[in-house]
Amino acid sequence: MSNNEFYSLTVNGVQHPVQDAWVGESLLYVLRERLGLPGAKGACEQGECGSCTVFVNGSAVCSCLVMAATVVDTEIATVEGLSSDGTLTDVQQAFIDEGAVQCGFCTPGLVMAVHHLLDQNAQPSEHEIKEALSGNICRCTGYGRIFEAVNTAISRRQENAR
Amino acid sequence: MTVYLPHTIEEATALLEAHPHALVLGGGTDVMVEINFNHRKPSDVVALRNVDELRTWTINNETSSIYIGAGVPYSEMESGELQKVAPALAAAARTVGSPQIRAAGTLGGNLGTCSPAGDSLPVLSALNAEVHLASSHGVRSVPFAEYMVGPKRTSRTATEMITGVTIPKANGWQGYSKVGVRNAMVISVASACLAIQDDMVRLALGSVGPTIIRCVEAEKWLHENFATLTDLQPADCAEFGRRAASEARPIDDHRSTAEYRRHAISVLAQRLLQRSIQS
Ligand SMILES: Cc1cc2nc3c(=O)[nH]c(=O)nc-3n(C[C@H](O)[C@H](O)[C@H](O)COP(=O)(O)OP(=O)(O)OC[C@H]3O[C@@H](n4cnc5c(N)ncnc54)[C@H](O)[C@@H]3O)c2cc1C
Ligand code: FES
Ligand code: FES
Repeated sequence: MSNNEFYSLTVNGVQHPVQDAWVGESLLYVLRERLGLPGAKGACEQGECGSCTVFVNGSAVCSCLVMAATVVDTEIATVEGLSSDGTLTDVQQAFIDEGAVQCGFCTPGLVMAVHHLLDQNAQPSEHEIKEALSGNICRCTGYGRIFEAVNTAISRRQENAR
Repeated sequence: MTVYLPHTIEEATALLEAHPHALVLGGGTDVMVEINFNHRKPSDVVALRNVDELRTWTINNETSSIYIGAGVPYSEMESGELQKVAPALAAAARTVGSPQIRAAGTLGGNLGTCSPAGDSLPVLSALNAEVHLASSHGVRSVPFAEYMVGPKRTSRTATEMITGVTIPKANGWQGYSKVGVRNAMVISVASACLAIQDDMVRLALGSVGPTIIRCVEAEKWLHENFATLTDLQPADCAEFGRRAASEARPIDDHRSTAEYRRHAISVLAQRLLQRSIQS
């Protein structure tokens, strides 16, 4: 029921021991600084930018607002786990093809948010896409290319489904 | 510091009894900001994440009421079955933060923080919600108006936790409107919930006073002067807005000015009343 200095997290299906950590640390900090998983990015650490988006039990949340020691016995998925064999997911490929990546800082969080959206809703409207990505800030692209990437991923999935 | 992960309300209240200084952790969207920035260093944490009974909601058709557990996140209130029976709560939930915040943030956490800008709170006020509190000594329910006693001040004691709220099933039009500096991810500058429940118009205001403000005078004026809402003319709706604004008690702060907030309330109240008639 309680846990202190030692606990373990299941990230992308792999159990990781977390040792000698202060138990108040955020999941973002633990992923990056203790588990060597720097895919989730930290910018604001107050839930505003979405660059730290991960899945906790299938929900897309800001890892900076999750206390890591409370998500033991939980499935955590990060951008590193989206594909296992070094290949890119369709969303990642679409981001590249549409030039939706400039500095790239926002990209992991956006890719997670887009995967989450398309898992829930295979044919989102323009409004639904904007709403779904409203928690992810990009300072470079102006979002146009990002929306293009989402649309490309959607149409490729539809073609593949045929 | 120890993090406790109880599985039941009983375990959670026993922990709060044993550790009265412990911090209750819901979705973490308020608490973790404070911890990340070293504004809060809790001695112990009682995290409610694994208390499944807090994440449930039920509709009781016999009493025509809805029970919503403290751990229900906004993402569950904003659409689906809950939206049908509690449309104003759904509307308020949709204005909160971003999808990520709504997936994590809970009703119990909004009540725990109890900021006058909390978006669910005007809805709970307009609907005369009952807030349910539990400690290891038992449970009690308090009307929302007695629960929130000041800005971020409540009548909850340190060994009590919020287990949920009860609100009536909607039986008339209800809506929620919020003014902020942009559309997404914004804390309200002024907000209002209008609900017609049992043919009575109720109006509650957020971000324009130390607590949520129920516009009892404007409600009374409507009730005494108009037998049915269909009698209302546009000028009457504007008068209702002015009366609501005069009941607001806004201040100047980093987000806005008292003057703008009062003006915003007059517009919000007028519009909500107009929408309720048109629907
Ligand atoms: C980027 C961002 C945007 C936001 N936008 C909005 C917004 O638009 N509107 C809005 O209203 N809020 C907003 N918030 C604030 C926050 O998301 C809400 O107040 C949310 O409801 C808090 O819920 P939580 O479960 O995350 O609470 P937590 O952070 O876990 O807890 C908040 C407080 O409540 C207490 N608490 C939690 N659960 C219980 C319980 N069951 N019993 C007793 N005490 C409890 C905690 O001890 C703490 O004091 C935003 C926050 C962020 C980071
Ligand atoms: S770092 Fe988590 S939202 Fe910005
Ligand atoms: S590409 Fe630079 S922040 Fe989005």
